[in-house]
Amino acid sequence: MTSLFEEVPTSVDADVPTTRVELKLNGETRAAQIEPRLLLAHLIRNGFQLTGTHTGCDTTNCGACTVLFDGQPVKSCTMFAVQANGHEVTTVEGMATASELHPVQEGFKDEHGLQCGFCTPGMMLSAKALLDENPNPTEDEVRWALSGNLCRCTGYQNIVKAVLWAAEKMRQDGSAGDEA
Amino acid sequence: MALDEIKIGGLGASRRRVEDNRFIRGKGNYVDDVVLPGMLHMEILRSPLAHARIKSIDTSAAYAIPGVRMVMTGEMMAARNLAWMPTLSYDTQAVLATDKVRFQGQEVAAVIADDPYIAKDGCEAIIVDYEPLDPIVNPEQAVAADAPLIRDDKVNQNDNVVFDWEVGDREGTDRAFAEADVVSKIKLHYPRSHPSPIESCGSIADFDRSTSKLTVYMTSQAPHIVRAAVAMVAELPEHMIRIIAPDLGGGFGNKVPVYPGYVISILASILLERPVKWIEDKTGNLISTGFGRDVYLDGELALRNDGKILGVRMNTVSDHGAFFADAQPSKFKIGLLHSAFACYDIPTAYLTNRGVYTNKSPGGVAYRCSFRVTEAMFFQERMVQAAADELGMDQAEFRRVNLVKDDDFPKRTPFGFLTDSGQYEKCLQLGLDAIGYDDFLKQKEEAKKKGRLLGIGISTMTEPLGAGNSREYDILGIKMFDSAELRVHMTGKAILRTGAKTQGQGHETTWAQIVAHELGIPAEDIVVEEGDTDTAPFGMGTYASRSTPVAGAAVSMVSRKIRAKARKIAAHLLEVSDEDIEWELGRFYVRGAHDRGVTIQECAMAAYSNVPDGLEPGLENNAYYDPPNLTWPFACYIATVEVDPQTGVWDVLRLVAVDDCGVRINPMIVEGQIMGGLTEAYAMANMQFITFDEDGNCVGSNYMDYLLPTAWETPGFELHEVVTPCPHHPIGAKGIGECATVGGPAAFVNAVMDAVKDTGVRNIDMPLLPDRVYEALQTGQDVSGAPPVRNR
Repeated sequence: MTSLFEEVPTSVDADVPTTRVELKLNGETRAAQIEPRLLLAHLIRNGFQLTGTHTGCDTTNCGACTVLFDGQPVKSCTMFAVQANGHEVTTVEGMATASELHPVQEGFKDEHGLQCGFCTPGMMLSAKALLDENPNPTEDEVRWALSGNLCRCTGYQNIVKAVLWAAEKMRQDGSAGDEA
Repeated sequence: MALDEIKIGGLGASRRRVEDNRFIRGKGNYVDDVVLPGMLHMEILRSPLAHARIKSIDTSAAYAIPGVRMVMTGEMMAARNLAWMPTLSYDTQAVLATDKVRFQGQEVAAVIADDPYIAKDGCEAIIVDYEPLDPIVNPEQAVAADAPLIRDDKVNQNDNVVFDWEVGDREGTDRAFAEADVVSKIKLHYPRSHPSPIESCGSIADFDRSTSKLTVYMTSQAPHIVRAAVAMVAELPEHMIRIIAPDLGGGFGNKVPVYPGYVISILASILLERPVKWIEDKTGNLISTGFGRDVYLDGELALRNDGKILGVRMNTVSDHGAFFADAQPSKFKIGLLHSAFACYDIPTAYLTNRGVYTNKSPGGVAYRCSFRVTEAMFFQERMVQAAADELGMDQAEFRRVNLVKDDDFPKRTPFGFLTDSGQYEKCLQLGLDAIGYDDFLKQKEEAKKKGRLLGIGISTMTEPLGAGNSREYDILGIKMFDSAELRVHMTGKAILRTGAKTQGQGHETTWAQIVAHELGIPAEDIVVEEGDTDTAPFGMGTYASRSTPVAGAAVSMVSRKIRAKARKIAAHLLEVSDEDIEWELGRFYVRGAHDRGVTIQECAMAAYSNVPDGLEPGLENNAYYDPPNLTWPFACYIATVEVDPQTGVWDVLRLVAVDDCGVRINPMIVEGQIMGGLTEAYAMANMQFITFDEDGNCVGSNYMDYLLPTAWETPGFELHEVVTPCPHHPIGAKGIGECATVGGPAAFVNAVMDAVKDTGVRNIDMPLLPDRVYEALQTGQDVSGAPPVRNR
């Protein structure tokens, strides 16, 4: 879609209102004109075409759609996009810089914390939120923090190891607790 | 010098996964991530009732919604002879219902619209007038004399029996039972479960009228089978069909069958000449797509007083739902259920199976399982524990008495399979040592004095993984071989394609390791592609742990063909005859002159620039591999648990796993597979099942009701290994992806049953929910998990 051209339905239902939403997405201010019923996950995926945020269950259970909302993990499949107006949203695409992976991403690869990869973005964002608040979590604290994210492949053991690996690396790098 | 195989990422390297580079960046490419120009969106309207006659469907209000492009009904499908489609088990399944709905969630209509929200609006605007009929969810009730006929669409179908099947030696088994000192009996139900990958099913059909080409992006574990099925069902020419399975968000058997949604999206695209995307929601996935298990056992073991098993009798009933849509080899009606007791030395066995129709969703897929072996091994290990208890024998000793000995191979199983390798007793002993068996038995007795209930459960099993051989294994007549194609480029880099389809198993990493092992090309120089039927060689796909046993073997074989040709080129470059050439990893050299050699990369360059006379240029080949036998990994899983007598809640104290899957290509990935499998085993023992109320409403239709374990509940696992190479596989590997799911549940259940043994309870059906365990403790009676019988 560009400003030069946008096809519109031939039989416009005049009663469908749209609204403007503006948010900071992975550090960049973005805006869109949307139907109020659009879910945040779909704004991110279909609107802004950041498809790393997955939708798994549509009912806030599986956590594949987890994004950080003002730094807190939320399930974007059961939030309206309009609720993000004026807020900061971080998706998996916002975790790495051009040259460097986030330690959580490195940890997931190094400890074989993923198999099919579908739950991984949400899982990593929940892990990042934990480590941003608690740089030195116990295994139980990691397991509890990830208990809103389902994985069917790994059995979680390597995911937990991956998060502890990342915590260790962040403490060594001195990046623990830094909110970039 | 020969290369260091681990350094080049060859066999045995715990190489970090290549595919992770995109997944950790959110750059995976799943079906729902694919966007095509002009794409429309489809949503399916499903039946709210389990059994009802459709009197009328009114779509006019849906058509009135702006943005709705088409509404499809059974009538429209029937006009094109597509209202019904064949299943993978020679039955038929409704694509969109015409006459009746036969399970809750059955596909009734579909709306194609400009966006998925409008498509959902359209579904809500469709008015279907149903005349309710009596639903049946209990298989015993399904075969009662007065049961309503579910499949009245089928000619000559006068009852709800799908088939009767038997295997084994009936008379011989009767004789064994007549001679037995003790007969141990147990009744079990392996409940219906759902594989439930986090990604549901979906497709994007894109028919191009100008070229007649149909391209379908699809969540499929077996894209080539789908191409063949679409060619036959939709009567489209096979060369004009391209199925692309991009990244899959898990499969576990759920993504083997062809589902109505795929077929409807294809017809919609043909009719509208636009790409049509269908993404199933979670409820649709749970209530309509391939389930696993749902088999009842009436089992008996003929025993001698010294613990020797003389014979096995298994009478089983399987609930297939409304359509017999099991994904399994055609010769075996109930998969490989008769692989039961393969690890034990038992002279005779007999098994019957009756399949029945009920008003439930169809499927019967191999849920992380090689075709019903999960039920087989669960039944086996529960029967074994019950028998040991019956004889008053220690459960480990009872197994030791009956396990096949190392020097007995090759050995016929009681039902006639041929096992070829293993060190069963060694695995068992390793497991017992690791868990501290004798110490735990003492702890258990101590705990008992304080009113605490501890238990230990063992599960030992070998299972048949990696179908075929093609003599015995086919699906719809297509033989179960697999394939690989390898192209080595002139700079020594390569692309490998296979007929398998990874869905988390890490093929992009491990297949390159096999090539590295065979050719000495570093794994990082090999790219692996799967899932596109226009480019990948024909193969039967990934399920039943068949990738490494079959496609993985094909990767070895094609690499060896490449090496054989490279040898000729090496001889030419070194100016000696073929016979004077020796091979070491990554390099040919002249016999007796080790320093005179050429690398595989130099041979690759010469294949395109300096080919000897009479040899065709290039360095490419393919291999189709038909394995001589299944592979037979062995596993010993031992769980210890504590049951809370106040609540019926049980906790896993430890889980020790000993797996012998032969040679491990990538130990890190193998261990990942085992831990994932153990988690699904724990899930089935503890919480995960799909059941129905008496009206046929699916209980478990979303993740609030269908419980999957999280990181919080899932116990830690302790892994151990034994390596007995497979004698017929080119690199000695066996299947592994499913062992833990197959063997694991019995370890947990046996442990809980051991903890409550003193109450006299002999069985609680899975999942061992706290209320079931509590009821058993209170009543001292077995607890059944069978679905309700409807009072009419």
